[in-house]
Amino acid sequence: MSEKHSVDRRDFLKTAAVTGAAALSAGSAAAAAQAPQGTPPTQASAPVAPREVDPGGNVEVLTTDRPGGDFMVDVIKTLNFEFIASNPGSSFRGIHESIINYGNNSKPEFITCCHEESAVAMAHGYFKAEGRPMAVLCHGTVGMQHAAMAIYNAYCDRVPVYVLAGNSLDATLRRPGVEWAHSVQDAAAMVRDFIKWDDQPISLPHFAESAMRAYKIAMTPPMMPVLLVIDGGLQEDPISHEVSSRLRIPRLTVATPPQGDSGAVAEAARLLVNAQNPVIVADRAARTPAGITHLITLAEALQAPVVSQGGRMNFPSRHPLNQTSNSRQLIADADVILGLELTDFWGTVSTVRDGLTRTSRSLVKPGTKLISITALDLATKGNYQDFQRYPEVDVAMAADAEATLPALVEACKRATSPDRRSAFEARGKRLATAHASALERARAEAAYAWDASPISTARMTMELWAQIKNEDWALVAESGIMSDWTSRLWSFEKHYQSLGGSGGAGVGYGAPAAVGAALANKKHGRLSVTIQGDGDFLYAPGVWWTAAHHRIPLLAVMHNNRAYHQEVMHVQRMANRHNRGITRAHIGTTIDDPNVDFAKIAQGLGVHAQGPITNSNDLGPAIKRALDVVKRGEPSLIDVVTQPR
Amino acid sequence: MNDMKSIVFGLRSTVFGLLIVAAVSAQTPAPPQSNAASPGNAEAGKKLFVSYGCYQCHGYEAQGSNATGPRLGPRPIAFAAFSRYVRQPTGQMPPYTAKVVSDADLTNIYAFVSSRLAPAVNIPLLK
Repeated sequence: MSEKHSVDRRDFLKTAAVTGAAALSAGSAAAAAQAPQGTPPTQASAPVAPREVDPGGNVEVLTTDRPGGDFMVDVIKTLNFEFIASNPGSSFRGIHESIINYGNNSKPEFITCCHEESAVAMAHGYFKAEGRPMAVLCHGTVGMQHAAMAIYNAYCDRVPVYVLAGNSLDATLRRPGVEWAHSVQDAAAMVRDFIKWDDQPISLPHFAESAMRAYKIAMTPPMMPVLLVIDGGLQEDPISHEVSSRLRIPRLTVATPPQGDSGAVAEAARLLVNAQNPVIVADRAARTPAGITHLITLAEALQAPVVSQGGRMNFPSRHPLNQTSNSRQLIADADVILGLELTDFWGTVSTVRDGLTRTSRSLVKPGTKLISITALDLATKGNYQDFQRYPEVDVAMAADAEATLPALVEACKRATSPDRRSAFEARGKRLATAHASALERARAEAAYAWDASPISTARMTMELWAQIKNEDWALVAESGIMSDWTSRLWSFEKHYQSLGGSGGAGVGYGAPAAVGAALANKKHGRLSVTIQGDGDFLYAPGVWWTAAHHRIPLLAVMHNNRAYHQEVMHVQRMANRHNRGITRAHIGTTIDDPNVDFAKIAQGLGVHAQGPITNSNDLGPAIKRALDVVKRGEPSLIDVVTQPR
Repeated sequence: MNDMKSIVFGLRSTVFGLLIVAAVSAQTPAPPQSNAASPGNAEAGKKLFVSYGCYQCHGYEAQGSNATGPRLGPRPIAFAAFSRYVRQPTGQMPPYTAKVVSDADLTNIYAFVSSRLAPAVNIPLLK
């Protein structure tokens, strides 16, 4: 930093105030009217014509070589973010400029988004594909308002998103107009109920500490979004000599995930080993590829069925112990159920009838033992009700499931007698047969309506599978309900091949999450595929421009049922319940008249696109053409008009 | 569509239909065969199947979905049981009273689901 330019924002403004006073002394009535209260009175003097003057010794400093934003970039670079997604905004113009110039737009690289919801959802999808967070920049006010739903989705999905929000704290320094509208006392207040931690640093050393703390907190299970509010002055002002002497970047050590108590692990193992019909249910269990391996090891040690609720890629779909298709019967027959990172254990073992009177009943036998391992028990908030109904479990480990599995595997092995091992083998054979039968049933069911128009979701699923199954593919998002055809008919093996859903069921996640995950997959050479809902597409379609602009290869096949179909059925339910017929259930729920031309929209955003396709025989060739485009490194979208589910 | 629930787990993604299974034929595939004639009018039933919103859970071809409602054809359960369930469902299906769907219309809908073709066998993509 240049010594002679070392002037902080306050000093700069003192200079400006002097200049202002000089202007006032020039006799400008307007200037007098705008002068801040308390300005010392000056002697009246005769008007002086404007002229260029030699600034002399009291020169106004107009530039700086070392703004605070540069140091923020130094800090951010130590966190090794690949990308920072953002819709540009003036409250963070300082750090924006530092990222692209001082930081050379590399690690992080600026990703241009058309909506803050897209930026956050991209970061959401990116994390689940890459295993590390993406940063997001947005306004502390309008940007956060746009980002809020996507932050909520990430919170419900236990995904860390690292949000930086601009703000202008010092009211006396704000530009009139928009900067006031875009400033806020407490920017985090709006989202504090669904983030894990936030701070508003008031100095650069404070920023450095909070940046490290935010990362550490976000990455400790249960993982969730965090927010740092960064003042515009802190970004833009030159770093003073005094502050410069205090700058350092603290060392980051990410916390190890919490492991279950050894006594509880031993009790869980005892129950599982002695169970006649144990069931392992996994939701967001596998955080890393190792999580899948641990779960396979546990299931094979017990020869116990695994039901995946799909929050993460937990278990290979073609493993003989994968019994997801038979889950209802298995849960009904179970004497011990192990729940791994379940959001809704109660809902796993109970059912609610959505009738005129809501009733619920247990799905399990009396006396069935429930074992829960979830880090959510360590961090539950009160306002938003995503925590679901209270589950009455027998063993509750407030711990990370993946971190606990190795100890549980060893405890189970130690507790297994030769007799039990023989029983396990017999059970494993029965389950393998059941798995094969379920696959055959799924194939048989998929054959119905095979040639229908609108195209059946099973047909679409298998036309897509035929084109990708020999590639290094990843299903990065699936927005909408597709009768579970992918999990029933495709062979999922690798950790990146299924990334789960939105978490909060906030529609509009699918497209940006897919683009974010595809961005992560790009450097790995993986073929990213998404099944794209029509309603989801329409929330913030600008993300397709982002995909085109940043050359993000992504094959998107639309599940276009021309409706917010879930809502069609809800309105139908109400109409039937009120005995009025359903002839108006389409009002407010369908997306037709006119039908949306999704291909044309995508083309207008720079994306190769085809459709609408209504003949199932046209689908395979269309996917082949799209795949050629994706393999060239670009996104491609196919609008397929489908059956509702 | 407007839901982004679990992509894998049937129980979570199910919103309406799993308990309807008692009212329909088993979900095992029917062998290719001609279907017994139903007293109703299948063509009229096809239109009613759409206008009454049956397709919303069961698909335009009554092929069903594990997420919303089971397959209904081509071999539905007996008409008496079919009608009874439509009027007084015991699962998640919303009730269709006679005020909303007449007996005659229900007969035509039954004819439509009965007339659905059994699927082809040996579809290469399903191997």
